[in-house]
Amino acid sequence: MSVVAVVLAPEGTPGSGVDELMGCAVEAARATGGELLALVLAGTERTALAPTAERLWRLGARRVFAAADPALRDSDAGALVAALAGLVPETGASVAVLDGDPLGAQVGPRLAMRLGAASVTEVVEVRGVDGQILWVRPIYGGKAMAAVRARRPRTVAVVRPRVFRAPAAMQEGPVPADAVVHLSLPAGALGGARPRVVERRAGSSEGQKLEDARVIVSGGRGVGGPEGFEALRRLAEVLGGAVGASRAAVDAGWAPAHLQIGQTGKIVAPDLYVAVGISGASQHLAGVSGARHVVAINKDPEAPIFRAAELGLVEDYRKVLPLLTDRLAQALGRGGDAARAS
Amino acid sequence: MHLVVCVKQVLDPEMSPRDFAIDPATKRPVAGKAPLVISTFDEIAVEVALKLREAAGSGTVSALSLGPKSADEVLRKAMAMQADRAVRIEPGSLGEPDAVQTASALAAAIRERLWPADVVFFGRQAGDTDGGQVGLMVAEILGLPVVTHAIGVRPGEGGKLLVERETRDGVEVVEVAAPVVVTVTNAPSNVPRIPKVKDVMAAHRKPIDVVELPALPVPEESRQSWAEIADLFVPAQDHRCRMMEGDSVEARVDALVRAILDLKVL
Repeated sequence: MSVVAVVLAPEGTPGSGVDELMGCAVEAARATGGELLALVLAGTERTALAPTAERLWRLGARRVFAAADPALRDSDAGALVAALAGLVPETGASVAVLDGDPLGAQVGPRLAMRLGAASVTEVVEVRGVDGQILWVRPIYGGKAMAAVRARRPRTVAVVRPRVFRAPAAMQEGPVPADAVVHLSLPAGALGGARPRVVERRAGSSEGQKLEDARVIVSGGRGVGGPEGFEALRRLAEVLGGAVGASRAAVDAGWAPAHLQIGQTGKIVAPDLYVAVGISGASQHLAGVSGARHVVAINKDPEAPIFRAAELGLVEDYRKVLPLLTDRLAQALGRGGDAARAS
Repeated sequence: MHLVVCVKQVLDPEMSPRDFAIDPATKRPVAGKAPLVISTFDEIAVEVALKLREAAGSGTVSALSLGPKSADEVLRKAMAMQADRAVRIEPGSLGEPDAVQTASALAAAIRERLWPADVVFFGRQAGDTDGGQVGLMVAEILGLPVVTHAIGVRPGEGGKLLVERETRDGVEVVEVAAPVVVTVTNAPSNVPRIPKVKDVMAAHRKPIDVVELPALPVPEESRQSWAEIADLFVPAQDHRCRMMEGDSVEARVDALVRAILDLKVL
């Protein structure tokens, strides 16, 4: 069973999740013993695809199928689904994996339905059992993991972002001439009436996006008020990270809704998550289960957050944060005096 | 204007992990003391539908659920919020349906009992499976366009709808012609209303239209599971929390600084 990594690039260049997607696809191909392929769908001229095709080949794709059309730039997910429904079968692969960014998460289940394929989303682990793939994903807000098995000849799997690592081995040397195969978009894929964007408003541009942040300093009810978030912001600044909040802090009006992390907010996967005054309700933990390291600072030693954390400090955050910010700033050589002064 | 809202009854997502257990025989969670509730985003979808009906000045909001008798509760919740009517698909012996089985049943019921509809609303994902699949699949089955991550919908010009949706970069407004599938996410502007006591009482007296799943025209292959849960397990805690120790706050903070630097992620 061949596996195809489907890379969506309506804006021309693929998003940041390509390495991780290929990491997952490598594991899936290993599990089935099949060949690893890639398919890139780009809203650009065919000639502009060479760097992306080469990148996918280096990341392990034995063959890269490429379909390009500048008209894809203004298309919605529906057009991508229509195009892929024709293109994926042309690759000969029976398993397609997509990155779970908002576009991929939308395309995956629709494509599966169109292909009559089994659909699985939020994949965080791939297990091979007797040449079959078990797709492992969190369920019940991360309280359990489900191992999902396809009962159809084809599968479309959507990978949770920021979980898989880039493939360990890269293909080197010049890209073989026959490694890149250009495909044409199926006729009519771009036609039809579609939703049309009539207005765009930028969200708060303050700081980096939580979904992309390598470090997040997050505050909850224990922060006690909006002014407390200032101290979190300073620590985040020193760590080069973003500020997040629990639902309790958002509901209290101390932090804006777009900073909310949890099952009903953003799902994040930073390298380091510092939870400040967060009790650790399960709906919050569902949003941070992808974090590599969790540090909890809470004055209540019984807070459930300590069961999800790797490092814990039982203390009022007001005493901790200024010291912590200062010492980390010194250790990292980043604006220690500024942190102290502010 | 006819607005359909699909709602799911789920095990309370707020239940503590300590109370969460899996029945090793059925590979399903043990309900135990946890209440069954309307899925969070579905409740928000009801709110968004009601706001659209209010903005349009008239219309009907129908709530639809696939589930056993207990799912009447989430339909009554929707009616207490002021949805006009409710339909429940009785799954019979189906057991725990997967996304395709669910979507096929809902799409068939919409076509048979609730068509024509202008908008079919869903929560962005269910509060138990977090799959985010069913709304998209229903759209595929019914051949409708989809707008995801909506936070509000209002009537536009020429019978079209304006859907305000959340994007990674902010908010955008999308113009779309009905019929359309809309999946809804939470925002300060769509916090679900709390029903009045008299409406809760009235909702309990309203009829719920029950449709038997076998009677619905679902293609045979979509009555089967396409993706089964082969195993369900509670993830092993791979680390115990290391508590920072020391005689003073300073000492404990210093210990934390060293421990954080040892993670080698900064």
